[in-house]
Amino acid sequence: MRWTSRNRSAGAPPAVRRAPRPRTLITALPAVSVLLCAILLSAVPPDKHLSVYSMAANYSLPVVQREGRDYVGLLEVLEPLGKVSAKPDSRGWRLRYNNVEGDFLVGKTRARIQGRDADLGGKFLQENNRGLVPVGSLSSLLPRFLGGPATLHEDSGRLFIGNVATHFTASLSADNPPRLIFHFTAPVNPTVATEPGALRLTFSREPVVAPASPTLTFGSKAISSANYTEGNGAAVVTVNATIPVIASFSADGRTVTISPTPTAAAATTPAPTSSAPGTAPATAQPTPAAANAAPAPVPAPRRYFAVVDASHGGDDHGEALSNTLLEKDVTVALAHSLRQELESRGIPTLVLRDSDANLSVDQRAVYANADRAAIYIALHAASSGHGVRVFTALLPFSGDDRGNFRSWTTAQHASLPLSQIAASAVAAEMQKRQIPVRSLAAPLRPLNNLAGAAIAVEVAPQGSDSSQLTAPDYQQLVTSAVATAIAATRDQLGGAQ
Amino acid sequence: MPRHLLIAMSVLLVAVLGLSLYALHMRKTAASTPIPSTDTRPLAPPVAGPTERVILFVAHDNDGSLRPESAQIPLPSGRQQRAEELLRALLSLYLDKSSPHVLGAGADIRSVFLVDPGVAVIDLNSAFADMHRSGILVEELTVTSLIHTISANTPDILKVKILVDGKERDTLAGHADLSSFYDVTAVNQLATQLQSGQ
Repeated sequence: MRWTSRNRSAGAPPAVRRAPRPRTLITALPAVSVLLCAILLSAVPPDKHLSVYSMAANYSLPVVQREGRDYVGLLEVLEPLGKVSAKPDSRGWRLRYNNVEGDFLVGKTRARIQGRDADLGGKFLQENNRGLVPVGSLSSLLPRFLGGPATLHEDSGRLFIGNVATHFTASLSADNPPRLIFHFTAPVNPTVATEPGALRLTFSREPVVAPASPTLTFGSKAISSANYTEGNGAAVVTVNATIPVIASFSADGRTVTISPTPTAAAATTPAPTSSAPGTAPATAQPTPAAANAAPAPVPAPRRYFAVVDASHGGDDHGEALSNTLLEKDVTVALAHSLRQELESRGIPTLVLRDSDANLSVDQRAVYANADRAAIYIALHAASSGHGVRVFTALLPFSGDDRGNFRSWTTAQHASLPLSQIAASAVAAEMQKRQIPVRSLAAPLRPLNNLAGAAIAVEVAPQGSDSSQLTAPDYQQLVTSAVATAIAATRDQLGGAQ
Repeated sequence: MPRHLLIAMSVLLVAVLGLSLYALHMRKTAASTPIPSTDTRPLAPPVAGPTERVILFVAHDNDGSLRPESAQIPLPSGRQQRAEELLRALLSLYLDKSSPHVLGAGADIRSVFLVDPGVAVIDLNSAFADMHRSGILVEELTVTSLIHTISANTPDILKVKILVDGKERDTLAGHADLSSFYDVTAVNQLATQLQSGQ
């Protein structure tokens, strides 16, 4: 065969000898085309969407790019929310939502709503009888039409109308291997995807919003952290785990438990004999007879003993301690230092604000109460006075408790004696270290909204120089005193949990 | 051109030139006059009449204390007006150059309402809150000083609400809570603690 072939090619004219090339090209062309298509398709960004969350409906709308901006149909945004009509003409649109009228002129960057000007941040466009407005203008336009707040996450294409956000907390169970338990304030039904080393929960239809810190770390090798991200109309929580994990739902979709797959659990559970001396197993070993009959005991979620709150943050700067120093920045540094001091004394600690995030006092109280921490410590900084002030709640005029339900404004009432024990211990520890200290009550939220022991620590410089507040040795002096006091009162505080 | 018309035109031109120069001068004067950052005009006429001795509880920043100070001030007969004057007397101490607890320029009490049973509403102006220094202790001293002074001189007040410009506000300057009613008994205990300098 080889000979025949060689002979044939040797006798063939040059054109015939080149015959295999077109054949190669013919076979290569489809492959190249497929490759090109794949490259081109991968380069095309996915269709952009705007997810709208409201009490009336949750829906998703397509976003189009015009003049370098993201645009959305205004009528489509308003239609699911109420009675809306639009009269298009050659010049523009007259839009009526319930009793509110708005005039939009094509090519103009301003509209008139109820006789008042509204800036659109880009031109109003009309295409195929659709009135398009820049997505960025919705946060100012919608409150005018709806008469209520609208919060736009423009970068991620998510619009929240009214107070509809679903919050969540995460806690790690104490058993081995651990389980990560998410508690949501409303039922959720995310899409679950797994990949090596991670499990992803994608919330496209639910108004899930970021926790206090977008990255939650759990101090466990098996389930190390969870990250919150937003993009293209969805929120995504990625759980990073070194073992294969699965997600299960309970409490009508309000609880999502991330647990190891049965094989991973078997592989990582140590034999009872291998337990460290003095370490109790996380769950009782069932007797062989009971093992098949009774369901496995539900692991208790891990509770943080201390919740440390870096007060202020985001738009709330707190006190301007100097021309360049803001209270919100000092409190974050103090919170990190205090967490380190507490954890070095074996006290599991959660820091509520790790970054420059906006967090309302109600949110702070909700997180601390939901976690049922033994102690909540709010950190503040001040330029006036000297040393440290330790505060407990000055309760407002008593709210009305209803049966077993406690008034929000005086939720601290039952725990005030414990808070005072903690405050006294902190003050005593400061005195031991010769830091000037005072212990007082203060009308300071959210102390009065917390159901457990709660104190606030206001740190002022020892002299008149505010820059001492940023000195790591001074911060450590104060936070180690707080941590020592908390560790010393651990039994009293923990007994109330 | 007739002579009288020429004279009239010249006079008018001189007048125009003069007025222009005067307007320019006035503009320069207005530009160089500093604009007050807050409205410091008084809101209510000064009260005249017989004076009475009252106790004001004055905040002192140097040691973070509240100290009782006796003052002789004219007080009207109406219970509500008396409460207003009492707080204005306290404020006049804070707005003084030698103030032990400095408040922002223009801080004032818009009005005090006494509502039965036992409710007092103190309405501060916006300059009071907007110009107030931020900090837990410094804000607490102001609030305690106001509430303890009014409750010590006006019997039967059980709870106090503080408004700013007639509206609810979350905090005085980022810390002291203004969203709830203050329990006078609790504030008085705090005042005692602050007086002892503990």
